[in-house]
Amino acid sequence: MDSANAFLLTSAEQQALWLSLTVALRSVAFSLPFAVAVAWFLSRARFPGKTLIDGLVHLPLVLPPVVVGYLLLIGFGTRGPIGHWLLDTFGIRLAFTSEGASLATAVMAFPLMVRAMRLALDAVDRGLEDAARTLGAGAFDRFRTITLPLMLPGILAGGIVAFAASLGEFGAVITFASNIPGETQTLPLAIYQAIQTPDGDAMAARLALLSIILAFAGLILSEYFARRIKAMTGAT
Amino acid sequence: MSDVAITKRLGTFTLDVAFEAGSGVTVLFGRSGAGKSTIVKAIAGLVNPDSGRIRIGNTILFDSDKRIDVPAQRRGAGVVFQDGRLFPHLTVRENLLYGFTRARGEKPIDLATVTGVLGLEELLARRPATLSGGERQRVAVGRALLAQPRVLLMDEPLASLDAARKDEVLPYLEALNAHFSIPVIYVTHDAGEVLRLASDVVLLANGTVAASGTLNAVTSRLDLPPEAEALGLGAVLEGRIDTHDASAGLTHVATPVGVFKVPLLAREPGTRVALRVNARDVAIALVRPEAISVQNMFDATVEEIRNPTPHVTRLALHTGEGRLLAELTADAARRLRLAPSSKVVALVKSVALAR
Repeated sequence: MDSANAFLLTSAEQQALWLSLTVALRSVAFSLPFAVAVAWFLSRARFPGKTLIDGLVHLPLVLPPVVVGYLLLIGFGTRGPIGHWLLDTFGIRLAFTSEGASLATAVMAFPLMVRAMRLALDAVDRGLEDAARTLGAGAFDRFRTITLPLMLPGILAGGIVAFAASLGEFGAVITFASNIPGETQTLPLAIYQAIQTPDGDAMAARLALLSIILAFAGLILSEYFARRIKAMTGAT
Repeated sequence: MSDVAITKRLGTFTLDVAFEAGSGVTVLFGRSGAGKSTIVKAIAGLVNPDSGRIRIGNTILFDSDKRIDVPAQRRGAGVVFQDGRLFPHLTVRENLLYGFTRARGEKPIDLATVTGVLGLEELLARRPATLSGGERQRVAVGRALLAQPRVLLMDEPLASLDAARKDEVLPYLEALNAHFSIPVIYVTHDAGEVLRLASDVVLLANGTVAASGTLNAVTSRLDLPPEAEALGLGAVLEGRIDTHDASAGLTHVATPVGVFKVPLLAREPGTRVALRVNARDVAIALVRPEAISVQNMFDATVEEIRNPTPHVTRLALHTGEGRLLAELTADAARRLRLAPSSKVVALVKSVALAR
């Protein structure tokens, strides 16, 4: 490989990049509504066993990712109770597929996403919700027209953090979805493999650089959107 | 007529109140911690009383015996909070229309009327963050009105404003009841607001009602309840504007006591006005003094004398067809040898009656 195309990506590298973006995007898109709902319940609802739910949501944050991947394999593998049912009923196979990679990253990033949203939700003045109530708005109406728009910066922040975490997730993905080029081999997995391969140094370096660029782009983008939303919601 | 009778325990504090509210402005007056805001929240449905009954007009909103508890969003209680609570992500217009679009049935109060009465035309496109404190509260009042409420609840709406802003908003509040004929329940710890706005007063102390009634009934008793001391003793005279003397800058107001000269009022002759004459603004002489600045002098007969403290004397005076109250030092009363049925002259400065 000569220096002229040192910065051009090989098709394998492009594949890893594209796959990473797809896996992360799907992971965020799928888990976002759940995260909003969970954040709302943890912030607003009062019910017995709330601490337990809170702990369960945050578990992936403290568990070794490999353990999360292993648990997913047990539950969602083709012989696992949920995986078996999904395969039988819908013909969906998660283990060792890119959809499975998305599931693994979603579970790992979920606590980060919920945290960001819950912080935003806690900052929304409940007095505003009370005011909306006295003006005739029912519970869902209040959530849709007051709470949700005001927590939008938190939803965005949560989404971006989760997207970044999904791009970088290694342990849970390799355990649950394995390391299949073009199917489940995301950037970190590709970098890992390149390092293990003789003469893979250049590839590893380029992929690492790519990861850094992606991370920066994400940060800048999130800052930009956060400002737009702040201006839009009139938050000071 | 509305009535509220509720109990609520909050830690060591117990609220146990019962009062009636008329169709005018009923002011709940008391120190902070007297339970005023809790009452407003209970009427609005944001706080659940332990027991009792809340009836606004013909509608029962809460009755613990009959297990009636109308949810807040269906109570039709327009609330103006101390901090305004405008929705920061919506424009003034969107804030104003938030309750309007959700109100059901006839909507006699429309956006044009409210923006006109409250002077909001210029603000409609703005965001709450760009409004001054006074503007914010006016928008909050408009938003509550446009929800077509059966009662307007105002929880210290001016408390977070400085004196200049208060004076900017007060005239709008004075105009509300006349314009929209919605009963108002108004919470404040500011005596000035009570005297300007109240038709009825409920004096609250330590979670109970110390006294209630029309402003006149509560503050014109010589045995003024201690909670009403902040309002001061005074008599409200129902008057009618007689003539304007523009060159002198005075308006003549005919009252049962006689004709008062007061600083020019911007109202048509024939308009009914209520003059509140504070007892402390009334001086007593035994003969009509000459060469004196005081514009209003009335021959009067002392009806009743009281000494609430050893150094203060309060007088009820019979004047013309009406009644005036005066508060003097006990020393002054002794020097004039005042006694029941003494003939005196009551003096009231015009500027003391400025609005």
